Amino acid sequence: MTLLKRALAQLCTTAITLFGVAIVVFFVVRVVPGNPIAMMLPPGASAEDISRLEALYGLDKSILHQFVIWLGGAVQGDLGTSITTRQPVLELVLSRLPATLELSMMALVIAVAIGGVLALTGTRMRGTRVEGAIDVGNGMALSVPDFLWGLVLILAFGVLWPIFHISGRASPTLDFEFATKFYLFESVLRLRFDVWLDLVSHMFMPALALAIPLAAIIAQLLKQSLKETMHLDYVTLARTKGYGENSVILREALPNAILPTLTLVGVQFTFLIGGTVIIERLFSYEGLGNMAIDAVINRDLPLIQGIVILFALIFTAVNLVVDLSYAALNPRLRHG
Amino acid sequence: MVDGRSLVTRKMGARLWLSGGWLVLLALAALFAPWISPQDPLAQDIFASRLPPFWQSGAEPGFPLGTDSLGRDVLSRMIHGARVALGVALIAGTLTCLVGASLGLIAGYFRGWPDLVISRFIDIWMAFPPVLFSILLIAVLGTGLTSIIIAIVVIDWTRFARVIRAEAIGQGAMDYVVSAQVAGRKRFDTMIREVLPNVLPTIVVLLTLEMGIAVIIEAILSFVNLSISTDQPTWGGMISEGRISIHQAWWVLIFPLVSLFLTVLSFSQLGEGLKDRFDPVLR
Repeated sequence: MTLLKRALAQLCTTAITLFGVAIVVFFVVRVVPGNPIAMMLPPGASAEDISRLEALYGLDKSILHQFVIWLGGAVQGDLGTSITTRQPVLELVLSRLPATLELSMMALVIAVAIGGVLALTGTRMRGTRVEGAIDVGNGMALSVPDFLWGLVLILAFGVLWPIFHISGRASPTLDFEFATKFYLFESVLRLRFDVWLDLVSHMFMPALALAIPLAAIIAQLLKQSLKETMHLDYVTLARTKGYGENSVILREALPNAILPTLTLVGVQFTFLIGGTVIIERLFSYEGLGNMAIDAVINRDLPLIQGIVILFALIFTAVNLVVDLSYAALNPRLRHG
Repeated sequence: MVDGRSLVTRKMGARLWLSGGWLVLLALAALFAPWISPQDPLAQDIFASRLPPFWQSGAEPGFPLGTDSLGRDVLSRMIHGARVALGVALIAGTLTCLVGASLGLIAGYFRGWPDLVISRFIDIWMAFPPVLFSILLIAVLGTGLTSIIIAIVVIDWTRFARVIRAEAIGQGAMDYVVSAQVAGRKRFDTMIREVLPNVLPTIVVLLTLEMGIAVIIEAILSFVNLSISTDQPTWGGMISEGRISIHQAWWVLIFPLVSLFLTVLSFSQLGEGLKDRFDPVLR
């Protein structure tokens, strides 16, 4: 199968999955008890007012009819109107997406950095106590989820040794007009490193909490692959040629050991993005996840649907990219 | 040369004993909660609010781990919170295991259209952010223990289904399954009598891990105030209150956090230990 055919086949399954997600979320949300319309109106509103508002949001039609209308709009990029804020859902969701993307990207960078350094250190120091310590740390980091790491970080670096901010995305006193919602990128592009520093000191704790489990996975798998590679002939050859241990690991072993880790990072990245929901809540970070929890609590059906669909879109897109890049990088799959 | 294997076994043994010990301690605390709690976990006392734990000045003898902002005893609330945590772990973990493992076994062993349908559902489920999905389900089902258990089963069955399906596919191709079929065994019979015992070790390991995950999900739901009810003390609810008053009373956050941490770690160490026990190469 050529790469193009593979891509088309994957696109089809992705479309089916997204359609499935849309169906599940639409019907789950419709079972919500508590009429959202009743919450919008002042007490004592007449039945006529209620039915007029229901008609406005399309809630008077049958569920199937509502689904068809919603799906037709969604395909054209219209996700409906939020019940609580009365703004278009797409607009609301897109205003929060950059914050979540920046947080996820930062977490990914931290995870790769920590995981990579640990794997390389563990390989360099194999057989010593250092490797043992790295293994024990990895085991712990793996079995404890991001939510608990977030709480530990809040206690450690927010209270006991307060060097980082533990809530919000930027200091309220920050005197800076952002032109986009990508605060972090914008601050770098406009060379305002004071603003950048303020943003990073807010994002670092939630990003680290998200990164710790992924860093452990990277460290474990990369170290394993490196260990296997270190016994191969060409590594021994490099060593007999007189290369030092460091350059043998970095130049010979690493490039050959990295592929399985890359694939795994892609898959695990979707779990990391899913983790932003509760981590944003924990750190009062104004991203998509925090908005989602508010939407559920306020029973804002159109907004919930929009956010879940957006998350599903991101997840499937990441999986698609990982799958295709794996196929493109792996010669056996490319010609298979 | 030192026998590396016995060293590994010994280290693992210690980890298993420690994790098992913590879980037993927790189970005892949960069972005897009304008798061993120093105070009523719900009793409020505004004049005894935010008392520090015993080693700090200003502590009161009846409140060893201090009190929260409403003057409720932290230790008693933790002991009662263990009931919810362990109850959810056992019930939700087992039910998730039953549903997920059965579907995985059917998909992997029978293949064909059951596999097609189940795999498609797994794909759809994997595209949901799990935390958001669970919060949404609780909003739909209403709060309460039953809702939490249902939510955990609905979100997490794929964890079992994915792994057991892959294992069952592998087992289905083995000689012993094929010979059982040649010998005229019914397919369902073969699945239960031949394939199931061989994937059982994996199921047990996954079940142990799932119990730890269930504890976390319950804590997350209590944290967003969507769990049992505000009357019933839960670790997640305590963490949520502790997060708000973190700068005034850090002990309200740290004690439930530590027990949550140890519980999750114990379940996963137990799972890892069992995995090593079942692995014939290591044994």
